[in-house]
Amino acid sequence: MLTLNDVVIRYGSAVAVDGVSLSVERGEMVALVGPNGAGKSSLVNAISGVVPVASGSIRLDARSAQVPEGRQMFADMSVEDNLRLGAWKSKDRDPAPIYEMLPDLQRLRRQKAGTLSGGQQQMVAVGRALMAKPELLLIDELSLGLAPLVVAGLADHLQKLNREHGTTILLIEQEIALAFRLCERAYVLEAGRIVASGESAELALDPALRDAYLGGEVGGTPRREDAS
Amino acid sequence: MNDFITYLVSGVAIGCAFALIGSGFVVVHRVTRVVNFTQGTLAVFGGLIASTLLKGALPHGIAEIVAVLSAGVIGLIFGFIATGKRGTPPLISLLITLGLSTLSAAFFILFWGQNPISPPGIGGATDVLGARIETQRLLVVVVTVIAFVVLSLFFDRSYVGKGLTAAASNPRAARLVGINVRWMGFLSFGIAGVLGGLAGVLIAPTNAVSFASDLPLALGGFAAAVFGGLVSVWRTLLGGIVLGVVGQLVAGYLSGSYQTEVALLMMLAIMIVRYKSLSAEEAK
Ligand SMILES: Nc1ncnc2c1ncn2[C@@H]1O[C@H](COP(=O)(O)OP(=O)(O)OP(=O)(O)O)[C@@H](O)[C@H]1O
Ligand SMILES: [Mg+2]
Repeated sequence: MLTLNDVVIRYGSAVAVDGVSLSVERGEMVALVGPNGAGKSSLVNAISGVVPVASGSIRLDARSAQVPEGRQMFADMSVEDNLRLGAWKSKDRDPAPIYEMLPDLQRLRRQKAGTLSGGQQQMVAVGRALMAKPELLLIDELSLGLAPLVVAGLADHLQKLNREHGTTILLIEQEIALAFRLCERAYVLEAGRIVASGESAELALDPALRDAYLGGEVGGTPRREDAS
Repeated sequence: MNDFITYLVSGVAIGCAFALIGSGFVVVHRVTRVVNFTQGTLAVFGGLIASTLLKGALPHGIAEIVAVLSAGVIGLIFGFIATGKRGTPPLISLLITLGLSTLSAAFFILFWGQNPISPPGIGGATDVLGARIETQRLLVVVVTVIAFVVLSLFFDRSYVGKGLTAAASNPRAARLVGINVRWMGFLSFGIAGVLGGLAGVLIAPTNAVSFASDLPLALGGFAAAVFGGLVSVWRTLLGGIVLGVVGQLVAGYLSGSYQTEVALLMMLAIMIVRYKSLSAEEAK
């Protein structure tokens, strides 16, 4: 469904992504993890087509939508307008199915998106992406700044989406324990290069990764790379 | 008293033109962050094109509508020239619009000569509280109010209008949902052209326009837009009317036209008063 071949992304002379190849199959849930500045956002933005690739190729034969880093609300507009704008390229702009899946949004639908809490905004961001009826959902940071309970709720929604609707998901997530729990497969990106990839369960046993991201404790409280 | 009402109504009418021009500034600035200095030029285009079409025996109504739409197309082209190149900084775009307005002035002289031109309006006069007021001035007010209602309905209710607002509020997110932010910028220039053209078409029958009218019109419109903080369309309408009325009263009682000076003074006053609140906002 999605194949990246030797993708290079540059900002001016700075190289953000340096020859990345990866693939995601229909129906999969794949994690993309790595430290700050590794190039994760650049990569999904290139897949979304809003950042140009300097060389290499991206083949995507599916409709995709992105939940962007930092939620990126249309702050002065209502929740419902935010949702409806998610369907800019399609004709069906009825938010009812989203309300069915995320009932909280129905309650908040007249509220200005900028006045919502972080978790509520993240829900709007997910809902807005889903309005495009994506076959591939790109999520740039699910848990950042959210309370564990909110994250658990969102994670449930994603799993449901993947299992019941067959939506393929590429998930960028700083909390590696969460990413590995949700996704069967993962890629580890560091300084613009893939340094490890494979089954999440196996990656979790990799001593180097454990030291870098998991504080040596698989499934335990994850620690940020920059905090160690 | 009659004089006062005459000044008041003609002030409101000119103020409406400033407000239309000013709302063009606002629409373009909201979407592209560019201050579009062709805004007065677009009004002159509207007035002059209408005069030529009317001379060419196009009936009233049709001629004005064609002139307004032409100004819209010219605005679109100006937008394309000023912001078409990806990543052009707003300040450079502003300079390009200044250049375009200078070029247009030469074009006006070439095609319409140097003398101010005043196309026929609807003619006639109406009694307003005992004062004889040219009906054209009343038409200006009515059409402007309708234009503002349509404009705000467009932004608040229509899907494309919401797309424009979205592109203005968060270009990154707008791009991600598939909105072509650059095209939205061009569209905003087109809307500004229509608004400017409308101002020119409405005002030219009572206040002749020439190649030299662009600057006073742009300044008046800009002052009105500054009154609205460069974001609010309705406050721009209010600002335009205040400016127009004060200008006409000053001109009437002090005999002599000080419209431009009044506009500059008003802008200065607003900027000084708002300076604190603006810098406080930026500090956030
Ligand atoms: N618009 C930009 N202009 C210039 N450099 C950029 C831009 N966006 C990203 N970069 C640089 O590219 C590199 C990769 O950034 P990117 O945002 O893709 O990393 P990331 O893995 O998403 O990081 P984080 O976990 O902090 O979100 C960084 O060095 C960053 O400074
Ligand atoms: Mg990122």
